[in-house]
Amino acid sequence: MSTPLTANKVCIIIGASHGGVNLAFALRKEGWEGEIHLIDKDPNPPYHRPPLSKAHLTTDDGLEKILLKAPKAYQDNHIELHLGQEVAAIDHVHQLVNLADGSSKHYDKLVLAVGARPIIPPIKGIDDVKHLYPMRTADDVNNIRSAFSQCSAKRVVIIGGGYIGLETAASLRKLGGEVTVLEREERILARVTAPIMSEFFQKLHTDHGVNIRTGKNVVELRQNTNGQEVLCSDGTVYPADVIVMGVGIRVNQELAEEAGLKIDNGISVNEQCKTSHSNIYAIGDCTFHYNKHYDRWLRLESVQNAVDQAKTTAQALTDKNPEYDALPWFWSDQYDVKLQMVGLSDGYDEILKRDESTDDQHKFSTWYFKGDQLLAVDAVNNAKAYVVGTKLIGAKTQVRKDVLSDPEQDLKALL
Amino acid sequence: MAKITFITKDDDTIVCEADSGSVMELAVQNGVKGIDGDCGGVCSCATCHVHVAPESVAQVGEAGEIEKDMLELDDEANERSRLCCQLEVSDDLDGIVLHVAH
Ligand SMILES: Cc1cc2nc3c(=O)[nH]c(=O)nc-3n(C[C@H](O)[C@H](O)[C@H](O)COP(=O)(O)OP(=O)(O)OC[C@H]3O[C@@H](n4cnc5c(N)ncnc54)[C@H](O)[C@@H]3O)c2cc1C
Ligand code: FES
Repeated sequence: MSTPLTANKVCIIIGASHGGVNLAFALRKEGWEGEIHLIDKDPNPPYHRPPLSKAHLTTDDGLEKILLKAPKAYQDNHIELHLGQEVAAIDHVHQLVNLADGSSKHYDKLVLAVGARPIIPPIKGIDDVKHLYPMRTADDVNNIRSAFSQCSAKRVVIIGGGYIGLETAASLRKLGGEVTVLEREERILARVTAPIMSEFFQKLHTDHGVNIRTGKNVVELRQNTNGQEVLCSDGTVYPADVIVMGVGIRVNQELAEEAGLKIDNGISVNEQCKTSHSNIYAIGDCTFHYNKHYDRWLRLESVQNAVDQAKTTAQALTDKNPEYDALPWFWSDQYDVKLQMVGLSDGYDEILKRDESTDDQHKFSTWYFKGDQLLAVDAVNNAKAYVVGTKLIGAKTQVRKDVLSDPEQDLKALL
Repeated sequence: MAKITFITKDDDTIVCEADSGSVMELAVQNGVKGIDGDCGGVCSCATCHVHVAPESVAQVGEAGEIEKDMLELDDEANERSRLCCQLEVSDDLDGIVLHVAH
């Protein structure tokens, strides 16, 4: 499929991660013939982020095991990678991207795949502690690995009990760390899942020897001669050789804001991922977008959303008039537990748990309903529940709750 | 050392050699079109789908339970389907031929 209209055009993509890289390749697939430039301030070749807190942290493998694409694939597809280069500003009037090194590049189409960065809260003493790291980039993982391997007591304090914090806890525990997770809310995963799942993960971590402490508001950090200390508002003190900050992310929206693009809870885009300016699109973690299935505006932090928005944008840029309409899904791996989630559970009024556990393995699924409508499924070591859930939610099928609640009956009977 | 052949939807033939890692990693490292590996190889995305050539089926073996379930999300799945992130490269796979499903 060729689109000759794009032959002399230049597409610049800011951000070469899940969103940006997938977009560059999808653009070629859709027939974009002009130049494609991928710019990222991260000097490393583009890599998968999910393994950073999971398998990648527990091995000595290099980045080449988790690259998004082979270096050769960029060449073969005539995609120009500009790594270690930061975009300082967008001049939308002249259609220029100004780089931090003073140079600038002209674009016909610009895509912001700028993602998000970890929140580093202004806690007292935070600039004084030597070994405090976020968990977002390959360099963060290198820092954590090296601080962890150099200390002898291996005391790790993770601030924040979300998925990334908990995965990091599981991985460092596996490496022999003495791990404590401090969560400000009354339960871990409070922002992202139901109490029933929080309880399951709290027990899972506790059973593996991780110290989970909820209701802990960190108010100060101290550097001592033999490590660091994390102080909470209730007076408790946790010594640490390594501190990992996992309290959430902030969208990299400044470039867009300064260029006058419409911002809401992220960069606002329409169903074709176009921002409030023609010729400027945005995809991935940085976007505030409409989800057709749930009839709601939202921001998502997931590979699924970055990849699917990349595909939509590639079609939009080659004049195919697409419409973003994807069901959100996500996964998390902790110890031998594989969690797969599909849909959005917000607004549920009923939860059904289907337990298929055996003596030696956790296996269950949690089904979220609003009235008769199935909203979401969380499946623990249960790909079948995930797959059946995906189909039922996608087709908006009425679910027979009696069959669902009876683990003796095959889930496929629901389809 | 195992020699593994990928045949893409465009009928490109890519022959790769390796002695460790997953078959999905091998495909990505060699730029095999149609193998995206969006989840990084943890059997969560089904974007590493291949149809094993009939003559290689015995050598490759059957999909595991999770893999079979995940394959049901893909309309192209058939009885020779595998998610190749679940295949570890070893001498046992020497000579196999895989057709990329997408
Ligand atoms: C440790 C970890 C584990 C995760 N686990 C999972 C998981 O299991 N499943 C899942 O679905 N998702 C997971 N995620 C989330 C997933 O990785 C993100 O949703 C995904 O990376 C979003 O991709 P993106 O391209 O939108 O943004 P990002 O990955 O954030 O990439 C944005 C890129 O833009 C670059 N950039 C920003 N501003 C500029 C600028 N001005 N100039 C140049 N470059 C710039 C940044 O350097 C960055 O590389 C995880 C994330 C992390 C950090
Ligand atoms: S890479 Fe995701 S299922 Fe194989």
